[in-house]
Amino acid sequence: MKDLTPETMIAVFEEIFGAWLFWSLVAAAVVITLLYLYVLIRDRHVGWRKFLIAQIFMPVGAVLAVVFVMAVTDSGLRDIGGPIDVIIFLGVAAVGAMGLAILVYTVESLLFRRRME
Amino acid sequence: MSDSLQLDRRTVLGLLAGGVAMTAAVPGPARAQQVPTSARIVILGAGAAGAALANRLDERLDGARITLIDGRPEHWYQPGFTLIAAGLKPASYSVSATTEWLPRNAELIAEYAAEIDPEAKRVTTAGGTGVDYDYLVVATGLMLDWDAIEGFSLDLVGRDGIGAVYAGPDYAAKTWAEMDRFTDAGGQAVFQRPATEMKCAGAPLKYTFLTDDYARRKGTRGNVEITYAAHSKSLFGVPIVNEKVRMLFEDRGFDVVHDHVLRAIDPGRKTLTFTTPDGETELPYDFTNVIPPMRAPDVVRNSPLPWADKWTDQGWVEVDPYTLRHIRYPDVFAVGDVAGVPKGKTAASVKWQVPVVEDHMVADIAGTVGTEEYGGYTSCPLITRVGRAMLIEFDYKNNLVPSFPGVIAPLEELWISWLMKEVALKPTYNAMLRGKA
Repeated sequence: MKDLTPETMIAVFEEIFGAWLFWSLVAAAVVITLLYLYVLIRDRHVGWRKFLIAQIFMPVGAVLAVVFVMAVTDSGLRDIGGPIDVIIFLGVAAVGAMGLAILVYTVESLLFRRRME
Repeated sequence: MSDSLQLDRRTVLGLLAGGVAMTAAVPGPARAQQVPTSARIVILGAGAAGAALANRLDERLDGARITLIDGRPEHWYQPGFTLIAAGLKPASYSVSATTEWLPRNAELIAEYAAEIDPEAKRVTTAGGTGVDYDYLVVATGLMLDWDAIEGFSLDLVGRDGIGAVYAGPDYAAKTWAEMDRFTDAGGQAVFQRPATEMKCAGAPLKYTFLTDDYARRKGTRGNVEITYAAHSKSLFGVPIVNEKVRMLFEDRGFDVVHDHVLRAIDPGRKTLTFTTPDGETELPYDFTNVIPPMRAPDVVRNSPLPWADKWTDQGWVEVDPYTLRHIRYPDVFAVGDVAGVPKGKTAASVKWQVPVVEDHMVADIAGTVGTEEYGGYTSCPLITRVGRAMLIEFDYKNNLVPSFPGVIAPLEELWISWLMKEVALKPTYNAMLRGKA
């Protein structure tokens, strides 16, 4: 690898997921993040009950993210071989956990605003 | 309430627009000032090296006439062959059109070159067209000398335990079918490599590891014997890597024989004949991956360009190892597999060689002196099983030159190195072809 530019990184992700799936995932991530910001701004506070439920979903998100990455790369848990692998593995799990928590919180806020407060 | 909602909507839209603008503003590589010229540049071969160089020269030069000469309509992503032969990708994974990668301003003559005359500065194509040049880049790649293996022909591949991963995407797929069958049934596998210089010297080792891995996954390893016939006293040219591979081979339970060079195959008796210092010896096989001697294409070997005192049976172009400029003809360069340098027959090497040739040629044209040097960088993501690899990078001096020192250990079997090989390499390669990396 000679240099790792943002352009190359985008090309790498397009290759991993296929261009269509990659940009759909990006679009989904952007939309969910914006909706999350929207409900935070709208409600002007974090609903702790909703936050708690979102937290319960975090392990599910972590597992889903790891299973997804390993499926698209023909690899498995037994291939974790060194410290950097553990870091990447935890990173993937953390992103999955946070992603799903944000999604769950946003969905709760949008759909069950009154009932949950 | 309605006001604040409107404001929020506006904020959201603003954020969205900002996000789009940021994506669009991802900075590309800085562009150098174009050098005006009317130079005629001829590139023999439109493969990885030829296409990448054509794109970079097209960016740097204004008015140059760039002509590529290559008779093959298909571009092959050769680093993908191992993945095809491991049943992980279809044959189409490595195939695209040559024309897809070339700059719009360049001309492609879809014929092979038949003659190179560096005195008259002229290349003649197979169809008899003469093309005059001011600068010539030899990027033909190399020739797989199948005829040098007595008893072998490519139509044997995919039957009776004969594989040939190097022969092309379809042959790699046929090799996978045989490896899959062999690892179900069990028997004796024999792997080897030629005694000539070769492209990606790690590939024969990778395929040995992969065959072992499939047998283990299928639970048939107990019925499988694996022998690796090394052409010399070592398994890999870089001593520190050789030592690591020796340990891994021992760990996996491979039998290793040294100083064995494949001379003949007998598909009827299922034996391979090797030349050794003690005379000829035969090894029986139920599965093998034939890798023949590699040489420069005839058009190069029959020209005045090769070394006269080195690699005389192979014909690599006589270039300075650091500038890749021809030692006797300063307006000739060689890039990629055909260059007569001690290392560097991989796509990763091409990525580092191309900017060097670009720098020296553009400097010549601009009337200055080029400064870039190629230090022999070669990279080999050495797969040790499906899911793990060692990201080995080295140079002319046999030093390890890791891209991510302290982060990705070169001599460790890692998942991240596998991820790089399987998913990051092809886009990086494609970016290189377009002259962007």
